[in-house]
Amino acid sequence: MKETPLSNCERRFLLRAIEEKKRLDGRQTYDYRSIKISFGTDYGCCMVELGKTRVLGQVSCELVSPKLNRATEGILFFNLELSQMAAPAFEPGRQSDLLVKLNRLLERCLRNSKCIDTESLCVVAGEKVWQIRVDLHLLNHDGNIIDAASIAAIVALCHFRRPDVSVQGDEVTLYTPEERDPVPLSVHHLPICVSFAFFRQGTFLLVDPSEREERVMDGLLVIAMNKHREICTLQSSGGIMLLAEQVLRCSKIAGVKVAEITELIQKALENDQKVRKEGGKFGFAESIANQRITAFRMEKAPVDTSDVEERAEEIIAEAEPPPEVVSDPVLWTPGTAQIGEGVENSWGDLEDSEKEEEEEEGGSDEAIVLDSVTVDPGVDGPSAGSRDAPIVLSDSEEEDMVILEPGKDPQTIRTQTVRAKQEPVPSRKPARRRRKKRPAQ
Amino acid sequence: MRKRLNSWSWRMEGTTQTDAKIRTEYGTDSSSRGPGCSLRHFACEQNLLSRPDGSASFLQGDTSVLAGVYGPAEVKVSKEIFNKATLEVILRPKIGLPGVAEKSRERLIRNTCEAVVLGALHPRTSITIVLQVISDAGSLLACCLNAACMALVDAGVPMQALFCGVTCALDTDGTLMLDPTAKQEKEARAVLTFALDSVEQKLLMSTTKGLFSDAELQQCLAAAQAASQHVFRFYRESLQRRYSKS
Repeated sequence: MKETPLSNCERRFLLRAIEEKKRLDGRQTYDYRSIKISFGTDYGCCMVELGKTRVLGQVSCELVSPKLNRATEGILFFNLELSQMAAPAFEPGRQSDLLVKLNRLLERCLRNSKCIDTESLCVVAGEKVWQIRVDLHLLNHDGNIIDAASIAAIVALCHFRRPDVSVQGDEVTLYTPEERDPVPLSVHHLPICVSFAFFRQGTFLLVDPSEREERVMDGLLVIAMNKHREICTLQSSGGIMLLAEQVLRCSKIAGVKVAEITELIQKALENDQKVRKEGGKFGFAESIANQRITAFRMEKAPVDTSDVEERAEEIIAEAEPPPEVVSDPVLWTPGTAQIGEGVENSWGDLEDSEKEEEEEEGGSDEAIVLDSVTVDPGVDGPSAGSRDAPIVLSDSEEEDMVILEPGKDPQTIRTQTVRAKQEPVPSRKPARRRRKKRPAQ
Repeated sequence: MRKRLNSWSWRMEGTTQTDAKIRTEYGTDSSSRGPGCSLRHFACEQNLLSRPDGSASFLQGDTSVLAGVYGPAEVKVSKEIFNKATLEVILRPKIGLPGVAEKSRERLIRNTCEAVVLGALHPRTSITIVLQVISDAGSLLACCLNAACMALVDAGVPMQALFCGVTCALDTDGTLMLDPTAKQEKEARAVLTFALDSVEQKLLMSTTKGLFSDAELQQCLAAAQAASQHVFRFYRESLQRRYSKS
């Protein structure tokens, strides 16, 4: 689906409002939207809501062999996905420019700032290291994806626990969560991105632009900073020329915002840890605002299934019986068996022209075949023996059929299978007979 | 109800004998089945995303799925169907990229939705359902179906009936469990997921894994129908609350 275009009226209205230092949602210039952080039941799973922008973060780990040039370092991998759920314009499976830009920025913010101690992720140097994968899903796009994603990523990394590993000599033991408590990653600092949107060639500045504001902005400055006021990444995009003092002013604002957000993150992490320790309820189910009219919950409901068996039996009793099938295999010769009804084998019945050729060639081939049959001791004793003599002598057309069905006359076998079924299948038999006759005609 | 089920007859080769065996084996311990059959706690929040036309997050125990619905909306020319709406389902896993398992689930969900959505009312449009797995703790497909239904309701897409998903698991000793957790699913001999409609509890979709007899299948189906009543009651109460004045 295409993005709904922004009309000129809307554009003008938004810009006019910004010029008058007003924002559509009533915020001040430097205000962030409310941030809500909730955790899932798994470790390393969190949902960050920045106003209406929502990002789901999940960290997972895997033991892999390290990169050749970095034998003692674990691997950090970031993957931000712009799901179609977030906005109709995002197409699944397409790497848009925006997505590439955001992923790169995240990598620079989190990996290149060395906020995670990758050396501690090494298990056996040069052989096994942990690969930490951070999956971020944008669920709802209402502007400022990068800030929400960076918060989600760092919160998920802080929340994550990897399984404990011990190395004794050459042996690496991986412990399940039941055996040993999983260990958290060592996080040095929390870099957080803060976005600044510029309007009217840099005359006006807004913190945390919403989706509408992003559409009319001229340029964007993203500053990633930790609470020690160290800048981790700085990126200006949109081709706007900024003055040095503007950048400095932005970094000052970023410092304040980052301090606030860091405090919030730590509080959220502490809260979750406390709840987990006390054995209280945690997970997304608890973070659903129950007082909302759109939310509803139902406690564990017992389902009466006492009559299930009777009902099933009744249904089966009433249902038309399944078609009668032979479940017992019919043994023709040792090593071959037949299950169910098949069509008569016509391999043995040669075409008329072929038959003539066969006859011309003489009986030498057939003798060999017959040898193998007579040598085989398993073939139903007396009846097979009694049949031997006529076959050797005859050059008749029936011979091949006899070889394929040694031991018994086809007629007797037919009656046997019928007995096993207890009920003859009328439709099949005539068809077979017809088939058998055809080659003879 | 029996009559209706008959129309959906199950045929399996060579099970007539095993049937009787199972009935004698498990016929007596029906009492043990009673307390084991319960649905985990349910929670649902609708309209929680601003961008999609309809959205819902559905929780069954610790399993949670978020669904967003766009539609009826513009459709790509290549996907356009001249006499009905094109239904598209996208299921996104939590970790990594969608694989074959997701594609297969997408298909199951799409087929279920196509059966109930009145697509003929919106020809040459697209209805897109995007599902995001938030956490998987068993009965994921059932939860996906429930989330999709609630999101479709939220989006106001016309449907001839609501639908729900119910997962049953059969233990190694033949015990029937409804709404199994991930652990129960792993230990189960067979896992069966059904999609049922709200009007007549007819079967819209079924997918099974593992070994079971036709008697057990009918038992699971009957149990799923009983469970679906609870799910539909949950839907009803949830929507009643939503459209109430207070």
